[in-house]
Amino acid sequence: MNAPTLPPIDTAALFSALAEVLPKGALLTTIEQMRPYECDGLSMYRRLPLCVALPQNEAQVAAVLRICNARGVPVVARGHGTGLAGGALPEEGGVLLSLARLNRILELDPLARTARVQPGVRNLAISEAAAPHALYYAPDPSSQIACSIGGNVAENSGGVHCLKYGLTVHNVVAARVALADGEIIELGGEAPDAPGYDLMALLVGSEGLLGVVTEVTVKLLPRPQLARVVMACFDSVEKAGQGVAAIIAAGIIPAGLEMMDKLAIEAVEDFVKAGYPLDAEAILLAESDGTPEEVANEIERIEAVLAASGATAMRTSKDEAERLKLWAGRKAAFPAVGRITPDYYCMDGTIPRRHLGDVLRQIAGFSDEFGLRCANVFHAGDGNLHPLIFYDANKPGDLEKAEAFGNKILDLSVAVGGTITGEHGVGVEKIDAMCTQFHSRELTAFHAVKAAFDPKGLLNPGKAVPTLHRCAEMGRMHVHAGKTAHPELPRF
Amino acid sequence: MSDFIDQAQARIRAAHANGTPLRIRGGGSKDFFGGERVGDVLDTAGHSGVISYDPSELVLTVKAGTPLREVEATLAAAGQCLPFEPPHFGSAATVGGCVASGLSGPRRPYAGAVRDYLLGVTLIDGRGESLRFGGQVMKNVAGFDTFRLQAGAMGTLGLITEVSFKVLPRPEADETRVFASSAAEAIATMNKLAGQPLPLAAAVHRDGQLTLRLAGNPAAVSAALAKLGGDPLVDAASFWTSIREQTHPFFAGEAPLWRLSVKPTAPPLAADGIDELIDWGGGQRWLRTTLPVDAVRALAAQHGGHATAHRGVDRQHAFQPPSAAVMALHRRLKATFDPAGILNRGRLYPDF
Repeated sequence: MNAPTLPPIDTAALFSALAEVLPKGALLTTIEQMRPYECDGLSMYRRLPLCVALPQNEAQVAAVLRICNARGVPVVARGHGTGLAGGALPEEGGVLLSLARLNRILELDPLARTARVQPGVRNLAISEAAAPHALYYAPDPSSQIACSIGGNVAENSGGVHCLKYGLTVHNVVAARVALADGEIIELGGEAPDAPGYDLMALLVGSEGLLGVVTEVTVKLLPRPQLARVVMACFDSVEKAGQGVAAIIAAGIIPAGLEMMDKLAIEAVEDFVKAGYPLDAEAILLAESDGTPEEVANEIERIEAVLAASGATAMRTSKDEAERLKLWAGRKAAFPAVGRITPDYYCMDGTIPRRHLGDVLRQIAGFSDEFGLRCANVFHAGDGNLHPLIFYDANKPGDLEKAEAFGNKILDLSVAVGGTITGEHGVGVEKIDAMCTQFHSRELTAFHAVKAAFDPKGLLNPGKAVPTLHRCAEMGRMHVHAGKTAHPELPRF
Repeated sequence: MSDFIDQAQARIRAAHANGTPLRIRGGGSKDFFGGERVGDVLDTAGHSGVISYDPSELVLTVKAGTPLREVEATLAAAGQCLPFEPPHFGSAATVGGCVASGLSGPRRPYAGAVRDYLLGVTLIDGRGESLRFGGQVMKNVAGFDTFRLQAGAMGTLGLITEVSFKVLPRPEADETRVFASSAAEAIATMNKLAGQPLPLAAAVHRDGQLTLRLAGNPAAVSAALAKLGGDPLVDAASFWTSIREQTHPFFAGEAPLWRLSVKPTAPPLAADGIDELIDWGGGQRWLRTTLPVDAVRALAAQHGGHATAHRGVDRQHAFQPPSAAVMALHRRLKATFDPAGILNRGRLYPDF
């Protein structure tokens, strides 16, 4: 979003106003104190804020926002900083608002199957608290041991089970939100729906641009009694892709459906010895969960479909230990790749699955073009690709090459009818690629939605939605049918 | 661009310039629903047809004037469905009206609502701009989810021209069982069962009977039936259709019909002057009552929800307004998408 033109900030007055509403020690102003907040999970972007505020409750969050709003000071909200798109990158002239200390589970209603929690509660902690009732919170982003539910709401986080169980937007029922001026509103509710526009759905995935979540009510699901996974090997990624389509065409929605290519398999085997075959060009992991009867039936059908799709070998977990071992490889894919390259750049495009073969061939072509290797890990069920581009930040020009390679993948994802980001968010990282995916008229509408919530543009400025000016400068303005949508706007 | 889009854009631009209201209408099956109907009809029924559908992608993209029954037939031929089971209220019901009204059928508490299955929406806003939000892939977090806002917006934010849905396989097995039960016991049972790994697909209580539907994997359904017992319901498909389409005897007659969306564990709401049918595992209560609007809304609010008047109530009270702060956001969003206030004026809230 557009960084507003702001009056100069009287830093000393700001700090003293904030100190007055925050507990002792909850305002960090020295470089040493603020260093841990200079980046999130996308560490290639780093910036220090003016200060870091660590409120302990909603009233303090609202007070910080009121002070900042009155003084025109930008605010960047942050959960546990595990995001992969730089969404929590601080604003140099702004306050970094950490929600980490709002970390209590307020209420768990096993009969109504909901949990009301503060935004700093870790994703996995919700499932742990629900476990005695045989319930759990379904979305399981790979960072679930560390990531916060508030951050999940901001990013609409997914996970390996979202084909069957949905994204954050499908599993959050209500939120309390502090608007930019500190006003608290309630969205959604414990009833199946709320009156009027579905602002709860609009809030999820809005990357901290519309409000600061101070409380979240999530839906809890009955924990499946059993899960088993089939690992199937293929001699080409195309055949593995056909295997995925065949499973869906057979009317099966697996709990998880993941694919890895040869380079990813090699990296993983070298690291965790999950038992993946090194001679396969691709492997699929297809998981079934539910009642024992259901799982037995579904696993049998998955095996038959994959055999008919040309799987060269298959292994099905017989017990929980074997299931976890087969998943260990997939779950360790990122760190495994991290061991064989000094740095890697993780992409997040989603494509219609029918284009998988073609897209992977073109990615291989880009790999040759830039002279950078690329391993592919893929949420195959929902078409979400994670190409991991290898580079060396210490080698001059390598990062730029990796970014150019990545942008080509994003452009390709859009060209085949997909999106630049399936689950990581736009943040600062993919802001220029937004110019490829959307016309200026849609970007204009996003800015207007932002302004409806945050008229001064103080919440997480510069993230998620690019200015038209920026798109024009990038030369990536989406030109439709040879004419621009807003010929009246200046272009540079 | 098709002729329809061009013409609709031209009409909306002219209406925007002149401040003359337009009333968006597909098949007219939901004419009865919502607030006042104001302005010249903008008919979408001609804008019909499936744009793309590949069953193995689980995505269907369709023009908004397409009849819902046509979409469901197309999906059924490939063994798939719209899992939120939208009510039609007439054979002319269209996809656009299905999304705009935001109504879902009996499977909603277990499978999700309309908004959960939206992947993208193309619309013409109140200035005549064609805007494409979301997309045609399952996971997409680029941009705000403005497409989900269209579900239940009653056409007040734009004329929906194209919709992409996530679709799912039709349940292979579909069984219904009936149990004698009081309303209070039924609510407790519905909530307890929803916390267990069972393939629940619908749960209704009426006339001393709890009716449960189990649908999905055949092995899971038979295991659940063995566990739950109960008596099979003759012609179960007709029963669920009668609940979805409001043709069940409960919905007959002239008494005002209210839909209350409440916390699923809320107690029975039947009382002197209130007749109740419990749906959605306790979360949706159909009431026949002549209680004043404010009393019905207060009852809903007391149980964590809100009330919508379906029939027999002054149309301007159809929807319960949200809190003042949230209403202020509504007004700003409305002004953003439809600054002249020409689209379906009064259909959601009286002063929109």
